[in-house]
Amino acid sequence: MLTVLYALLYYVAAIIFVVGVAKRVWEYWKTPQPAVIPTTPAPVTRTGVVWRMFKEVAFFESLWKSNKWIWIFAMMFHLSLWLIIIRHLRYFLDPVPTLIVLAQPFGKYAGFFFVLGALGLLARRMFVPRIRYISNPSDYLMLLLFLGIGLSGLGMTFVSKTDIVGVKAFFLGLMTFNWQPLPTDLPVLVHLGLVALFLIIFPFSKLVHAPGVFFSPTRNMVDNPREKFRPVPWLPPVDEVQYDPPHGS
Amino acid sequence: MSELDKNPEAATDDVPPEAQEDPLYFAWEPKEGASAHIQSFKAAPEFQEPLGYPGELVDNWKEVALAKMEELRGKFRSFRLFLDICVKCGACTDKCHYYMGTSDPKNMPVGRQDLLRSVYRRYFTLPGKWFPQLVGARELTEDVLEEWYTYYFQCSECRRCSVYCPYGIDTAEITMAAREILDSVGIGMKYTNEIIGKVFKVGNNLGLPKPALQSTLEDLEDEIEEDTGVRVRLPLDEPADILLVTPSADFFAEPHIDGLIGYAKVFHATGAKWTLSSYASEAANFAMFIGSYENMRRIALRIRKAAIDLGVKRIIIGECGHAWRAAYQFLNTLAGPFDFLDPNYPVPQHICEYTWEAIQKGLLKFDKSQNDHLKVTFHDSCNVARASRMGDYPGGQFEIPRNIIKAVCNHFYEMPEDTIKEATLCCGGGGGLLTDDLMELRKKGGSPRMKALKQATEEYGVNKMAAICAICKTQFSKIMPMFGYGMDDIMSLHQLVSNAIILPGSEQEKELMEAEAENAGENAGEGEA
Ligand code: SF4
Ligand code: SF4
Repeated sequence: MLTVLYALLYYVAAIIFVVGVAKRVWEYWKTPQPAVIPTTPAPVTRTGVVWRMFKEVAFFESLWKSNKWIWIFAMMFHLSLWLIIIRHLRYFLDPVPTLIVLAQPFGKYAGFFFVLGALGLLARRMFVPRIRYISNPSDYLMLLLFLGIGLSGLGMTFVSKTDIVGVKAFFLGLMTFNWQPLPTDLPVLVHLGLVALFLIIFPFSKLVHAPGVFFSPTRNMVDNPREKFRPVPWLPPVDEVQYDPPHGS
Repeated sequence: MSELDKNPEAATDDVPPEAQEDPLYFAWEPKEGASAHIQSFKAAPEFQEPLGYPGELVDNWKEVALAKMEELRGKFRSFRLFLDICVKCGACTDKCHYYMGTSDPKNMPVGRQDLLRSVYRRYFTLPGKWFPQLVGARELTEDVLEEWYTYYFQCSECRRCSVYCPYGIDTAEITMAAREILDSVGIGMKYTNEIIGKVFKVGNNLGLPKPALQSTLEDLEDEIEEDTGVRVRLPLDEPADILLVTPSADFFAEPHIDGLIGYAKVFHATGAKWTLSSYASEAANFAMFIGSYENMRRIALRIRKAAIDLGVKRIIIGECGHAWRAAYQFLNTLAGPFDFLDPNYPVPQHICEYTWEAIQKGLLKFDKSQNDHLKVTFHDSCNVARASRMGDYPGGQFEIPRNIIKAVCNHFYEMPEDTIKEATLCCGGGGGLLTDDLMELRKKGGSPRMKALKQATEEYGVNKMAAICAICKTQFSKIMPMFGYGMDDIMSLHQLVSNAIILPGSEQEKELMEAEAENAGENAGEGEA
């Protein structure tokens, strides 16, 4: 029964996540950016822009300039998230690639930093008046969701060991449409339930910052408005316009 | 690190007594509603209609506003994306000079965006439609429009916030969109919209007609001749190689006019054939402030037409921050292509690019000691710093003006590192806020810059600040006296050039030659002995 429920939940969540994110990306892709508005000083070449964007997504360059505390917690949070995701690939791949095997120990302990990062961000949200002012209930809930995912995950790894082989069989079964029973201890159910929730809300929430940042015109544009002519797509071409008449003098 | 970024959380709720007197004290705690009473005058119908906007609030304002929002999110990726991806990290919250000056949380960049984002969420996103409370979504009401009008006219569109946001969210883009929405339902700002109307009617912000312009320029020629003994021309509507488009304040106000004299001397010394245009007698483009591409284009096209009519080869823009942004980022896009101009020069060019090139080529001669009584610092104007470039490499907009200053002055000092270049603080009067009805805001918003200047004064004895923006100059000459400086402690960059330049055949050249000859004589005498 639970297996069926979770199996369906994951199909739905996966579809919503993929279709939702694809739709978002499509919207950003097709919406024009009528003027060249990088925040300057900005690179004057494509390669330069790739480098700027790399520094932004890998090292949070702007955040570093802005606020070291947020930077530390955000870095901790996102880096561990990557390690955790890489480590989790082992539940979807058989045989497990060596690289992921190597990442295993790091991925395991990254869970602690993930929780620590989320706690730091939560503390800032609660105790810095400026940030408290701009926070909506959804902003707190989002962090609580991550804490829930992190803590239940740590619980499975370090407190009461779960039947990982069973979990892996369940997910491999999902992918090959050959369902296998899901181990039903509470931490697994909580963990997987929250992750599914995360996938579902992703495309509708601020979480789209992840794909969105790549479309940010102040970061991804080459600074060349003088060198390259780019007309505004929704204005008539210049030879069709009327000039203001000269003023009498 | 300067005082500005030191321990922003340390301040407490009760403002200490010294803070109440010291306009340079920043309380970092948000004080809700602290600047809710500051509102600029709204435009009367006569100022709305020439721009294509309804004269007063339309009956179906809600539909119109939402339709406009829908339209804008289809036309501008910036607008759509920025409304979606803010994670409320708070990195921008202490970066706006209006927040520093007023402590009103709606002046925190993200707080300002949220005024509109909350409505956007309510009508354009699923969570906002289903769980408005959860995501802070709200209905669009007349009170909301009123709140928008208040706070979107407390943003100078300076882009400082976009430097610090991890996603580059530029509140200026949201502000421009909000102003466009407000205009489209019939709520406009008097100052900006009246001025745009003047450009359409007369050709410049100040409403100076051609004869007035002509006689001003002739007066300036006389003045220069008196000072130097050289007749330096300031041609108007003459066929030429270079069209100079400059903010109209340069024709009229101090210290701007000394900058114009500086450009004229540089052109004279380089032997350039240049002209001003009475049709395009304004570099400023206030339509940028209100986010109206249609009106911005109408103004930009005047420059195109003047360039065609006068048969010039190059377009050069005078000292002005937002005008340089409007020219650099928008002129080509809105009024190009400019394939009829000389392809060897970028379109447009900044006057500083021109002057620096002339200096590098050795075309200009200076007597730097003429500026020896000045200890100068340089104020990077927001739009020059964060929305444009000079030269062909990133950051040229910082180096070229400094290079010029160092070429004409012996005493140049920087203000604190985190208040210059890309981190520069707005003068407090940009973005269409340079109006007397916003004086309180202008003073408060200018106070962070004044604090940085004070540090430079205490440390190095700086007594003059140079700028390359008409709005900065006007704003500073107004607020500097409130902070213990003189109104003439703000200078045009080209005023420094003008002070030091030695025109061929001028009195100054003669004096210099005599002094040199004397020196040489003395030296020779010493040699003999
Ligand atoms: S820095 Fe950017 S993402 Fe963070 S709160 Fe401000 S606007 Fe939002
Ligand atoms: S653009 Fe400038 S004035 Fe506007 S919110 Fe950002 S920092 Fe403040």
